[in-house]
Amino acid sequence: MTDKKLLEVKNLNLAFNPGNANEVKAIDNVSFDIYEGEVFGLVGESGSGKTTIGRTILKLYEPQSGEIHFEGKDVLKMKSVELRSFRKDAQMIFQDPQASLNGRMKVKDIIAEGIDIHHLAKNKEDRDNQVEHLLELVGLNKDHSSRYPYEFSGGQRQRIGIARALAVRPKFIIADEPISALDVSIQAQVVNLMKQLQKQEKLTYLFIAHDLSMVKYISDRIGVMHWGKILEIGTSDEVYGNPIHPYTKSLLSAIPIPDPQEELSRKPIEYDPTSETDGKKREMHEITPGHFVFSTDEEAAEFARG
Amino acid sequence: MAEKTFQVVGIESSSDNEKIQKPSLTFWQDAWRRLKLNKVAVVSMWFLIAISVFTIVMVPFLSQQQANKFNPNEIATYKDLPPKSGLPIPGWEGKHDGDDLYSDQNVPAGKNFILGTDDTGRSVAKRVIVGIRISLTIAIVASLGDLIIGVSFGVFSAWKGGWIDLILQRFIEILSSVPFIVIVTLFTLLLGAGIWSVIISLILTGWINMARQIRAQTLSVKEQDYVLAATVLGERPLKIAMKHIIPNISSTIIVQLMMTIPQAITSEAILSALGLGVQPPTSSLGSMINDARDEIQYYPYLVLIPGTFLVLISLAFYLFGDGLRDAFDPKSGDSGD
Amino acid sequence: MTEKPVLQVKNLSVEFHTYAGTIKAIRNVSFELNKGETLAIVGESGSGKSVTTHTLMGLNASNATISAGHIFYKGKDLLKFSEEEFEELRGGEVAMIFQDPMTSLDPTMKIGKQIMEVILLHDEDIEKEQAAAKALELMKQVGIPNAEEHFQDYPHQWSGGMRQRAVIAVALAGNPDILIADEPTTALDVTIQAQILHLMKEIQSEIDSSIIFITHDLGVVAGMADKVAVMYAGQIVEYGTTEEIFYNPQHPYTWGLLNSMPTTDIDTDELSSIPGTPPDLLNLPKGDPFAPRNRYALDIDYEEEPPFFQLSDTHYAATWLLDKRAPKITPPKEILKRWDKWKKFGSKSALPKISKFGVAEKKKTAKETAVPKSGAEVTGKDNI
Repeated sequence: MTDKKLLEVKNLNLAFNPGNANEVKAIDNVSFDIYEGEVFGLVGESGSGKTTIGRTILKLYEPQSGEIHFEGKDVLKMKSVELRSFRKDAQMIFQDPQASLNGRMKVKDIIAEGIDIHHLAKNKEDRDNQVEHLLELVGLNKDHSSRYPYEFSGGQRQRIGIARALAVRPKFIIADEPISALDVSIQAQVVNLMKQLQKQEKLTYLFIAHDLSMVKYISDRIGVMHWGKILEIGTSDEVYGNPIHPYTKSLLSAIPIPDPQEELSRKPIEYDPTSETDGKKREMHEITPGHFVFSTDEEAAEFARG
Repeated sequence: MAEKTFQVVGIESSSDNEKIQKPSLTFWQDAWRRLKLNKVAVVSMWFLIAISVFTIVMVPFLSQQQANKFNPNEIATYKDLPPKSGLPIPGWEGKHDGDDLYSDQNVPAGKNFILGTDDTGRSVAKRVIVGIRISLTIAIVASLGDLIIGVSFGVFSAWKGGWIDLILQRFIEILSSVPFIVIVTLFTLLLGAGIWSVIISLILTGWINMARQIRAQTLSVKEQDYVLAATVLGERPLKIAMKHIIPNISSTIIVQLMMTIPQAITSEAILSALGLGVQPPTSSLGSMINDARDEIQYYPYLVLIPGTFLVLISLAFYLFGDGLRDAFDPKSGDSGD
Repeated sequence: MTEKPVLQVKNLSVEFHTYAGTIKAIRNVSFELNKGETLAIVGESGSGKSVTTHTLMGLNASNATISAGHIFYKGKDLLKFSEEEFEELRGGEVAMIFQDPMTSLDPTMKIGKQIMEVILLHDEDIEKEQAAAKALELMKQVGIPNAEEHFQDYPHQWSGGMRQRAVIAVALAGNPDILIADEPTTALDVTIQAQILHLMKEIQSEIDSSIIFITHDLGVVAGMADKVAVMYAGQIVEYGTTEEIFYNPQHPYTWGLLNSMPTTDIDTDELSSIPGTPPDLLNLPKGDPFAPRNRYALDIDYEEEPPFFQLSDTHYAATWLLDKRAPKITPPKEILKRWDKWKKFGSKSALPKISKFGVAEKKKTAKETAVPKSGAEVTGKDNI
């Protein structure tokens, strides 16, 4: 991890069906930075807007306001050449291993899609070699390259999706709930693989997840989202060891413990979200160095006292 | 058992574990495997293949002119002969109300018309073969026209979305509210009655249905993650349409095509029967029925023969299309867990 | 327990016939379920856990055959049941909860009415008004706030967690002896998952029915189950009480499952995982199917399938490591920690009894504030 900001998101706002009766504020004035070489975990339950943020960063959605800077360049204003190189530098890994691979294409063509688009292979042989290398990177082998996605298990398909993203040698990967559709035993496998690849290929991740249990194994810092807002940002250790916002506490307390005795003493904390809608002015307050909580001035003072 | 069998060896080879044993089947191979299980669809398919091959193979031996040609001097000899197989099969011996018309009209011995002749003495068999050829050609050309316009329009409309989609959909609605018969009459006036005005009218009305189906399918496919992945990789929209969207809606396209062809055949027959379609002396299944209408009471086979082929061909297309739909449907799974 | 078990599955094997060959979906599966007991069946997808319960319910696809075994439900052999008898069984004495609540709810029928239907179906003498009152009571029992107001709602107006509560109410309406829950919380957010699990335990202690809980997540089992069956490649590889499985696991696959489980413990930031992929049931490898993923595999594992070794009256594991001839191996340190706990307690009986209310008590009113939502809001939020 360096001190160089790779991605800066400033005051991002996005609503679906703006102006209509069914307007939904998916992203509500969200700001955060991701440093080069870091893994930033973004955690939130369904409807929190975490997926929308990921897709907006990759220019799949148009925000109403706000700024997104990637390596200092404004993503929202990118055109032609700049956009093309952004499409190579920033990649995505998807949640549903079923839907993220085109069932009519062979694995090698799926993986080589980016190679073809960005003309990264000198010839067919080079292309095959690159695909083979990528398959090995994710623990598969060249026998798999001429097969079709339906022949693979969920974990294997997810690894193919990872290989496709890596094919264009990106700097930054948004992993949008890459493990939530997988069996727990396979989740660990994919998390470990992603972690290893991150070190090996010097990648920066935005790792989106719906619960806190797996995120700590991969993230340097974590942001907790609820109803379109980031409520707490801090280092992984801080968020786990010293959660401040009641919502974070509630999320942590809901994770089942694989130990019958400890499970017995676990007390789930219920979160009352009404405080979020009381109309008071809240903003991110730095409670301890690097640990920010969305709160009013009074609440922040309260939190700081512990 | 040797003692060393109880030694820890751990994971022997990791690549072995990831090996896939099942034979690799492409989507099409898998669909074909499922289609074969549907006997009715397979029979329909072979019937359609046989009939198409036969009418095509017959091209060098039997031209349209030959089927239309008649000798004005011999009409009295050859007119209105009932079907005669030349074999002692009851009802297929060239008799009409018990009279042997072949000898009554002094048809040279040994000359049999298996499907009889019409009122100018032309062979019905020849005319049916040419009629099927023309009807099928019209239907297939019209359906392919539907396909090209419908698919490009549907994919474009759904892909663009927003106000473009909105305008295109209103345009389709307006077009589909114009009655078919008005369009046909218009084109008959412009181009004169004939094959081309039938084909153009069929395309103009038929593509709308295709476009709607394709649009609906595209709307769901374009939300799939693999389309998003391609966008994130920087793929151009046209390439996405060709590589990702069309292959994944191809089953809809094919099924829709199989359902459009019999509709086109029927529409052609109706138009020709109304006198707006294929004009005499050219035969199509519809125009043959039209020609024989006046004589239906005396010579029912003149209507029954083209009518039977019309029904059989349409039915075969529907049944085959239905079988294809099931074969493409991945829900009929047979895996465990 | 001296009582006769409600459900007994003996040496059950199910095969699927496909174009590519025969899939041995489950092989030689045996277990028992007593009254009021919760059995968890844990395994990865493809392990045969769902096929097992589908067989119990007579829900298998047409290309499936039961090649061996028996299922006794209250002494009756289920495998001899006709389709009509199964239909009567399902939704009544044996009820099922699926991962996706919408598969068991009728989207066009009001929720209150759906619960009533089941009550009326299983109790011919009951009046309509009584049935409605009972349905309302069930809705309150499963923690639907302001049940009176929401009696006339349609499923789409509710959030996922609330729908799953409705499904539980429908399942309870038939007074089931056995409740089969197939990954009931997998599609839900963690906080909602915690609520639903708590609800299921609470209800079980009230109505004293038995539960078969199917999951891929060993984590949710700890507080739920009395007994655990760990399945791999169509077989049960370890079977025991919850304490035995969590504190004295013997099968390397169970070790792998336990170790790949995330904990909220801040000190651990390494996660161990089971390498590789579950085997193809079409072509099972020779010997123990888990051997190619097993760091502790013995030579013999590649040759011969291990038999069940009995560790206690209730604890069995199918691994050659338990054979007298096997070398003594040291399991991963996380497992050793678990064994230490087991030793500390000496034996199972010395362990403090885990109550049915493992999850800490909390107020019964479930606060899912945004529920029920208006239709537009639900669809809008679901898109995010």
